[in-house]
Amino acid sequence: MSSTDQNVLKLEDTELRLGLPGTDGCKRGALSSVKGNNKRAPEEAESDADGHGDCQSGAPAAKEQVVGWPPIRSYRRNSFQAKKTEPEAPGIYVKVSMDGVPYLRKIDLKIYKGYSDLFKALENMFKFTFGEYSEREGFKGSEYFPTYEDKDGDWMLVGDVPWEMFALSSKRLRIMKASDAKGLGSAI
Amino acid sequence: MRENRAEVTCGAGDYHTPGADQVLENVLENVLHFITSRRDRNAVSLVCKSWYRAEAHTRSELFVGNCYAVSPRRATERFRGINSVVLKGKPRFADFGLMPLNWGAHSAPWLTSFGAAYPWLEKIHLKRMSIKDEDLAHIARSFPSFKELTLVCCYGFGARGLAILASKCRQLRVLDLIEDEVNDDDVDWISCFPENVTCLESLSFDCVERPIDFCALERLVARSPNLKKLRLNQFVTIAQLYRLMVRAPQLTHLGTGAFSPSDNLAQDGEEPDYRAAFAACKSLVCLSGFREIVSEYLPAIYPVCCNLTSLNFSYANINSEELKSVVCRCRNLQTLWVLDTVRDEGLKAVAATCKDLIELRVFPIDAREDCEGLVSEVGLTAIAEGCRKLQSILYFCQRMTNAAVITMSKNCPDLVVFRLCIMGRHRPDHVTNEPMDEGFGAIVMNCKKLTRLAVSGLLTDKAFGYIGKFGKLVRTLSVAFSGDSDIALKYVLEGCFSLQKLEIMDSPFGDSALLAGVHHYYNMRFLWMSTCRVTLQGCRATAQALPGMVVEVFTSGSSAVRDDDEYVNILYMYRSLDGPRNDVPNCVRIL
Repeated sequence: MSSTDQNVLKLEDTELRLGLPGTDGCKRGALSSVKGNNKRAPEEAESDADGHGDCQSGAPAAKEQVVGWPPIRSYRRNSFQAKKTEPEAPGIYVKVSMDGVPYLRKIDLKIYKGYSDLFKALENMFKFTFGEYSEREGFKGSEYFPTYEDKDGDWMLVGDVPWEMFALSSKRLRIMKASDAKGLGSAI
Repeated sequence: MRENRAEVTCGAGDYHTPGADQVLENVLENVLHFITSRRDRNAVSLVCKSWYRAEAHTRSELFVGNCYAVSPRRATERFRGINSVVLKGKPRFADFGLMPLNWGAHSAPWLTSFGAAYPWLEKIHLKRMSIKDEDLAHIARSFPSFKELTLVCCYGFGARGLAILASKCRQLRVLDLIEDEVNDDDVDWISCFPENVTCLESLSFDCVERPIDFCALERLVARSPNLKKLRLNQFVTIAQLYRLMVRAPQLTHLGTGAFSPSDNLAQDGEEPDYRAAFAACKSLVCLSGFREIVSEYLPAIYPVCCNLTSLNFSYANINSEELKSVVCRCRNLQTLWVLDTVRDEGLKAVAATCKDLIELRVFPIDAREDCEGLVSEVGLTAIAEGCRKLQSILYFCQRMTNAAVITMSKNCPDLVVFRLCIMGRHRPDHVTNEPMDEGFGAIVMNCKKLTRLAVSGLLTDKAFGYIGKFGKLVRTLSVAFSGDSDIALKYVLEGCFSLQKLEIMDSPFGDSALLAGVHHYYNMRFLWMSTCRVTLQGCRATAQALPGMVVEVFTSGSSAVRDDDEYVNILYMYRSLDGPRNDVPNCVRIL
């Protein structure tokens, strides 16, 4: 491992991580999971240059969650959320704006189980309906469709990525009107 | 129709004696009717052309382990008499959120082909595939004799589709929805089953996350005299469970729903005699559910414990004492799934009584690293010492020792499946601080029947050396956060000649290792490598070397793969007789 330590360090300096807001990563081990769109954004990262060092020494900092690890189906994972006795991690609050509506709302993405849950809530909140989602055409059948601003500042169509990834990477939501859509391509 | 088929006509017509070849083929077909194992049938079909034809004519169950390995047309052209189909789509790592949602595995093209080729189709079993309400409607329309639908880890459908299926398939015997993602739509599908007596033998809907109309369910159970397996969802309270049980004492498999009272206690009235209801179910051998268990009710199941062969407590938050009170009565238990809330103490109780245990799964209630470990090497050792007949184990823990794993390898020689998940990444043996190489090495060395292995913890290349050297029967290998260099993967690819499914995440294996397996990939169902060190060039080189493989690269989000990315995020490759699929989403690149 030592011969490639230099490469490992470089990789880890620029790694992209999924973490709940407020947690700081304490990196252990040779490779971390680089998720999402492979764009390397500078993130705070401490690398364990001693790779296979004793991972148990000292008080471990809270590790950030890695998508896909441990290998438990989200259905099973979510079954026990309500039963945890330790304090819940902070919610993921995002602002929601809707074209044509003067005020914004704020919602906690953590309380929704998935996209259909979220859409129902938004539909109730703003009194309208989204169309049917399909990968090819986005949302069909309605004037409105949901978009979000991700960690990189890009505006994305809601629904393309796995729910957990969306919840952790979205900064704010905007419900757009079809007539305003420019550059979101397949959404109309 | 068949060539060389001699016609036999009566009366004034000629009688043509069938040729010797034809006689042999007829005899062979009669014999082949008795061969059901698909592996045996595959072997038969390789003997010669005549045997190939005979086997193709007589195969009644079609198994397609990767829905993209072969086109529906090729399958339906070869096999003309299929009445039962098993189809699998996405690879297992899709369950953990690692695949783009719209990746594929659509059941529609297959169902359309089956509709045309096998109108007499009776059974469909799908795993990890997308199936929409329209597809369920298509099944209901196309197959008048349809009897069994099993959907495992599928998604894309909802109650609307189920309603159509229930109302149109009058001969439906089995409707098993297992760990599916069912769309949240407001249709009362339970009421859609035929009004008169139904043929239902098995109904499983524990994954449906919506309350169903209980009165309709109760009436359904009452008019289903053949019902043997009933698995309820968490919205069925214990009082409702009682009412169902008294109507169906013939049940053999029961998923108990919430196993707690409803929130509105006044609704339940006086508590019925749950214990008596269980006692009346004399044929009960399998219990599951317990989704929101209130442990005061646990003693109700005591009367059936001595007959239980399978018990699934994996959603039941019970402690060691509570588990003990149950398993001490379960002498005949063969399959046990629990949560780690039962702790090492609970596992010791299992080891003390369940001497015939064949399969054990221990799931974590808190699936995060760095949590307090509720089970450890102590529990594993206890199981190893008590359950000598163990064949299959899945064990989630926070820490482990080589000694415990070695003990299991020596005490449980019948192990076929060994999956140990030490949730902390790169954790060494917590007593000796050594890597976990020796433990896993002992497993492959001593468990001579091992076909499935999942490794974890701190592992060096040495562990993979052992696996390559001794894991000659291993068909499925799961690797995560392990190994030091390419040599590890090379050991496996060069040594494990039975390897069919290899899934690797977050390990430092690169192009040189990938290319080392080129001699073997055609024998495999698939190779999955995510967040490793393979590059686009390496994947291209592999694709060029193996024209019969479909090499897909993508990311777990929906962003496109970029040429200038240092490493490929996800590589998923599999053999295919019909080339690359035509339903690839934009975010997936086929090289």
